Amino acid sequence: MSNPTAILLVDDEEEFVTTLAERLGIRGFAAEAATSGRQALNKMDGRDFDLVVLDVKMPGMGGLEVMDSIKDRSPDLPVILLTGHGAAGEGRQGMHKGASDYLMKPLDIDELISKIHEALTNKSQ
Amino acid sequence: MPETTGRWKRIRQRFSGKEEKKPLPKRYRRLQRNIAVLMILVTVIPLTLLAVTNAMQYQKNIKAERITPMRAIASKAAHSFELFLEERLSALHFIASSYSFKILSDQATMHRIFRILREEYGGYVDLGLINSKGRQITYTGPYDLLNKDYSNQQWFNEARVRGRFISDVFMGYRDMPHIALAVQNLNDQGESWVLRATMDTKKFQKLISPMGLDPVKDAFIINSKGILQTDSRLYGKVLTKCPLQFPEGNSGTQVKELTDQEGRNIVMIYAPLVKYDFALVMILPQASIFKAWHSLRQEISYVFIVSLVLIILVIFSSTHLLVKRIREADEKREIAFRELEYTQKLSSIGRLAAGVAHEINNPLSIINEKAGLMKDLVEHDMHHDKEKLMRPVNQVLHSVDRCRDITHRLLGFARRMGVQYETLDANEVLKETLGFLEKEAHHRDIHIEYNFSESIPQISSDRGQLQQVFLNILSNAFAAVDDGGRIVLSTWEKDKNSIAVSIRDNGHGMSEETLRQIFEPFFTTKKGYGTGLGLPITYGIVKKLGGDIKVNSKVGEGTTFTIFIPKQPPGDTENEQSYGDFTR
Repeated sequence: MSNPTAILLVDDEEEFVTTLAERLGIRGFAAEAATSGRQALNKMDGRDFDLVVLDVKMPGMGGLEVMDSIKDRSPDLPVILLTGHGAAGEGRQGMHKGASDYLMKPLDIDELISKIHEALTNKSQ
Repeated sequence: MPETTGRWKRIRQRFSGKEEKKPLPKRYRRLQRNIAVLMILVTVIPLTLLAVTNAMQYQKNIKAERITPMRAIASKAAHSFELFLEERLSALHFIASSYSFKILSDQATMHRIFRILREEYGGYVDLGLINSKGRQITYTGPYDLLNKDYSNQQWFNEARVRGRFISDVFMGYRDMPHIALAVQNLNDQGESWVLRATMDTKKFQKLISPMGLDPVKDAFIINSKGILQTDSRLYGKVLTKCPLQFPEGNSGTQVKELTDQEGRNIVMIYAPLVKYDFALVMILPQASIFKAWHSLRQEISYVFIVSLVLIILVIFSSTHLLVKRIREADEKREIAFRELEYTQKLSSIGRLAAGVAHEINNPLSIINEKAGLMKDLVEHDMHHDKEKLMRPVNQVLHSVDRCRDITHRLLGFARRMGVQYETLDANEVLKETLGFLEKEAHHRDIHIEYNFSESIPQISSDRGQLQQVFLNILSNAFAAVDDGGRIVLSTWEKDKNSIAVSIRDNGHGMSEETLRQIFEPFFTTKKGYGTGLGLPITYGIVKKLGGDIKVNSKVGEGTTFTIFIPKQPPGDTENEQSYGDFTR
């Protein structure tokens, strides 16, 4: 039995990110929640993740800034960005900077899982 | 005919100012009154001065024009009178020099000389020769005066001392006014003798009559004591004392304006004789001199009064029209301002909507995830753990509360357009307004510092309008600071009538040039996304609420907006009432 896919979820809304982690957990992912960019980077120091789901708008270190740091460490690690409605521009900007994809909140979990799979497939190729 | 009536009605309304359905508010009435008074002053004062100056000048000219010829006539008549006396005295002197005492002592010769004298000159009444002892030696005339002794008479002594003598007028034996002339000469023995003649004064009237006197004028001769030497039409018969005061001395012809004993206003021309103690006096009633002036003055008065009435009518009509136009312009400007305000409000709402959409998206995402989790639990048959199921339910409810707060805040801002006064706590309104921007502050790590006075009194103001003011200024502060910037909100009681709210940022600040223009409509430094209406509208709202705004700024250091808000609504609510019913 292979190890479940390790996903790091980063969003400043704790209720959102923990619930999402729980739901992904139900679907067989090993999801871990971080509520700030700094916390996310710390968690990455402790273990390896297969993919990061990252909110763009966060206090302190913004999502794009966190992604820059992630790409510095692991250039191949797929990052899926989360943006608010009406902020698709930020998502497109993130893709230019190396994000695999972006999704708008509120999320459709099936779409997220589909994007996760897509990103992981692209990475392995 | 109805058209004529209608036109007349319009004209009458125009001048009576009754075409206004609404009465003019007090400040416009005051403005109209002030303009009218000022215009009346600047037109009537010069007009009055001009009229008075002209009138005085005309009066002076007319007086000079009328009196100068009269003065010349009087001087000429006085000169003629003097020549007349001189001539008569010379004739007498010629006889006394040509004939010796002895020849003249002959009565027949005396008769003959007297006859020739009367024929040549006329007016002589008698002629007599008086010896050195004062006795009349020869006499020819109507009276029995031969051998009359004149040695004690004053005139005889005076004639002997001075060599010649002209008496004042006196009444002769026939009750006729006379004048006596006498000259002295010396006989071979060196004894003095006197030749004396008497003349009636009818000739005097003949000298005065060529002066061209009309019935309203008077002319007469007086002696040095003011006794009339000829009859006066106004002041009595010959030899009576004239009641007028005459000038002292002999300093040429003089003109005096005076009121006589009977209250007549007269002009007196006084022309004294050079060699004799007589003076010719001419009297002109002032009314006759100023008749032309009175007529002119009446005309000037009519022109002045008509001009005055016309000026006042034109001023009242034009100021009424002017103030009406000002009022219309004010109303249009007020409506335009309201429309701008509305536009700006919509712009604010649009700007807020973006923030709200983001803000509301987070609780929605949570609801989405929590609902999804509950579905997962049910689908994976994990819903028997009640606590595990209730936790997301409560979270959903909590997130719904968050959404409700946000929508209520937005609606509270958008709902009110008109001014509605209520009792407010400025601290609370400011905090409430900041709620719109809290998320942005959080994301941009903008540090908000509260420096609120806890003892600040409640104010009576409009919540929605104050929120818009605070939101506009806070939005500017947020735009001015970099991420991680600092905004300090302070409130305090300024004085017994007002409170103050200041919003200070440590942003980019403004140059003096920018500072001068920030309240001008359509001025913006936010190229591309600023409307340039935020601060003008803010200023307008604060002024409407009876407050004021002060701005301090320095490039690179930041900006402080201080808003002063009255504790009570502005007292003069007249204009509010005029335009307060503006509705969209």
